[in-house]
Amino acid sequence: MADTLLDVKNLRIEATVYPPDEPAHDITIVDDVSFSLEKGKVLGLIGESGAGKSTIGLSPMAYGRGGVRITGGKVMLNGRDILKERTRGVRRLRGKEVCYVAQSAAAAFNPAHKLMDQVIEATVRHGSAGKDEAKKRAVDLFRRLGLPEPERFGNRYPHQVSGGQLQRAMTAMALCSRPDLIIFDEPTTALDVTTQIDVLAAIKDAIRDTGVAALYITHDLAVVAQVSDDILVLRHGKKVEHGTARQIIEDPQEQYTRDLVSVRSITHEEKKPGDSPILSVKNITAAYGKGPAAVPVLKDVSVDITAGQTLAVVGESGSGKSTLARVITGLLPPREGEITFDGRPLARRLGSRSRDDLRELQMIYQMADTAMNPRHTVRTIIGRPLEFYFNMRGKERDARVQELMDEIELGNGFLDRYPAELSGGQKQRICIARALAAKPKLIICDEVTSALDPLVADGILKLLLNLQKIENVAYLFITHDIATVRAIADSIAVMYRGEVVRYGTKSEVLSPPFDDYTDLLLASVPEMKIGWLEEALKRRSMESAGN
Amino acid sequence: MLLSLRRIPISAQVGILVTIAFVLAALLAPVIAPYSSTVVVGDVWEPMSAKHWLGTDNLGRDLFTRLLYGGRITLFIAALATALSFTLGASLGFSAAVIGGWFDEVLSRFVDMIMSIPTLIFALVVLSVLPSNTVTLIVVMGILDSTRVYRISRAVAVDVNVMDFVEAAKLRGEGKIWVIFREILPNALSPLVAELGLRFIFAILFLSALSFLGLGVQPPQSDWGGMVKENKDGIVFGIPAALLPAAAIAILAISVNLVADWVLNRTTDLKGGRGNG
Repeated sequence: MADTLLDVKNLRIEATVYPPDEPAHDITIVDDVSFSLEKGKVLGLIGESGAGKSTIGLSPMAYGRGGVRITGGKVMLNGRDILKERTRGVRRLRGKEVCYVAQSAAAAFNPAHKLMDQVIEATVRHGSAGKDEAKKRAVDLFRRLGLPEPERFGNRYPHQVSGGQLQRAMTAMALCSRPDLIIFDEPTTALDVTTQIDVLAAIKDAIRDTGVAALYITHDLAVVAQVSDDILVLRHGKKVEHGTARQIIEDPQEQYTRDLVSVRSITHEEKKPGDSPILSVKNITAAYGKGPAAVPVLKDVSVDITAGQTLAVVGESGSGKSTLARVITGLLPPREGEITFDGRPLARRLGSRSRDDLRELQMIYQMADTAMNPRHTVRTIIGRPLEFYFNMRGKERDARVQELMDEIELGNGFLDRYPAELSGGQKQRICIARALAAKPKLIICDEVTSALDPLVADGILKLLLNLQKIENVAYLFITHDIATVRAIADSIAVMYRGEVVRYGTKSEVLSPPFDDYTDLLLASVPEMKIGWLEEALKRRSMESAGN
Repeated sequence: MLLSLRRIPISAQVGILVTIAFVLAALLAPVIAPYSSTVVVGDVWEPMSAKHWLGTDNLGRDLFTRLLYGGRITLFIAALATALSFTLGASLGFSAAVIGGWFDEVLSRFVDMIMSIPTLIFALVVLSVLPSNTVTLIVVMGILDSTRVYRISRAVAVDVNVMDFVEAAKLRGEGKIWVIFREILPNALSPLVAELGLRFIFAILFLSALSFLGLGVQPPQSDWGGMVKENKDGIVFGIPAALLPAAAIAILAISVNLVADWVLNRTTDLKGGRGNG
């Protein structure tokens, strides 16, 4: 095994936790994980949050984040055990032999310096190239990564380029010092799907051209299947399965891997829209700001939702889909147009709506963390709408709260907990219960599953579908994820730059002929199969050649 | 939230103990004090003796007794002034953050205006016009200090006010009172509690300064600042009577500060305040 670059053996990582009302103690985050990586190969580390994938990913830099300690095992890089290195040796290693690409490039770049200075900093510091030589390399990398105006790109500041470009600039930074190994930590998770496909292609090409090895950390199996040679599936800090990408995707051996591969396989029979919509939005135009300087966000938007059905609003960030939710809830009064709710016109402003209007129109947020007051118990959070709308008190209220807890499948023992003592999925369930407590006719779901792990998100979607059957509530489901739409929607509205570009029942919207944007959006969603990326890119270049 | 005593750093433990001792001494002054605070019981500026533990003051009153009663007045006025400034400042600050618009604008500019005048000078002018009694003193100190509290509570509340859970409450149709007291206040409490300690010290120092200048507590009653003023001439003759109330002010200020520092440290620590005790 002469060409083994990285060899991790029996890695064990621990951290000290300080739970409230309990003495501090150590917990094991990563337990007995071994893998090796040859030069020029890509290993995908995949798992849900808390699986220890980032912690393992950082071990080749001999780094533990936030008080995490490597307490056992060996990390051999280029034949030496880097865990035995002292500070000086580790410093020589980082940024020269091993580089890191973070999830949020926007947070990882210093906004006060030009991109070029930051991209070449490590290279120049380590003396692997002079300043001019490093700049030449950077420009070459910019070109290779498909960045606009590679000669001048480096003169810009981080806020002057888009998120996808910034992520590519960060990849250039990592490649610039010609390391042996790059660690990609969820590099495309924060990007829109149509941007993600470009960044993925750029990263894949750069890895192939430079012959660098890489660890690719992500929670999205479909993405990792496109770039990796091998995949290591992790759960609770332990190895679940390790194999080639093809074997993991096409022939998973463990139950957990099978669950991951078959995630998002919820099927939902689409219902035909009825005649009398519960909510009807007509010719809505809305803008942020006042007067002529106002930024228009919604242009002439019209959609209907039938009682007991789901309308999915799909679009990328900036398409105005969340603004539509703000207009419907009355947080942002529209410039023009009208909203009819349950047959009656809905006041434009939140303040002038009746209590029944407010009650029957509930909202669930993307971040369950911030959507609940951290200083309220679950009992208060769910009980308050009951007090407020139905004037329920004491035992009557508690009984109803417990009923709702059973409906969201959480059962006993949660009522006196605070949000911080719940998992992400449980928090989102509590938010659903809070919305249901008001007995609404329509719930606006704003990206309710995007912050959750795939398996947990699946559970939430199933719950929402179930509740729709029981309570006959309609959903306005805002999302950027086509797979979620397929799973839950009856009708779909595709939004692009503040306009509805495509609107109809699910089967109409998702079957050809497509308009340009919907086509691009659908073609950009990663599929759980090897070689999808190449096919998608080929299709795209053929189309652009055809035009 | 139960705190085990071991988690509290030494400095904060000392601070807590000394502060408690001061408060107890003030509360129990009538029981502990050997003499009446307004009666002349000996010669002018007698040295320390078994009869007069800390000596006597410029009129021959027992200094130890005067210190106890002075502490009582000092703590009483400072506590009430701080309570007033917090009630006023926090409720106005929260309201400004939640209501926003012209209400916020008018209040904030008004507060800016008051803050632009040096507090001590402002207080001197106001107190020289108004009748000098304890109520006036508390009200003037409380209102002047509330501008600072207003700024902090508004800043904290503006941050909390944009959280989704506040928006959720507004969408539910909750009134301002619920939003301010049930959604925002619990989340703004920890920085405010830390600020409370600091403001209390400033109130003590401010009161002492006013009394020293003759506009604070009026004779025959006297707080620590007033006692320094009464006895300051003795320093020329090597009489330490003025230094004892001054030391009391300093020790109390430092002790409360140690506690406030610790609370501040706990609440502003990004890791939840459990890392460094």
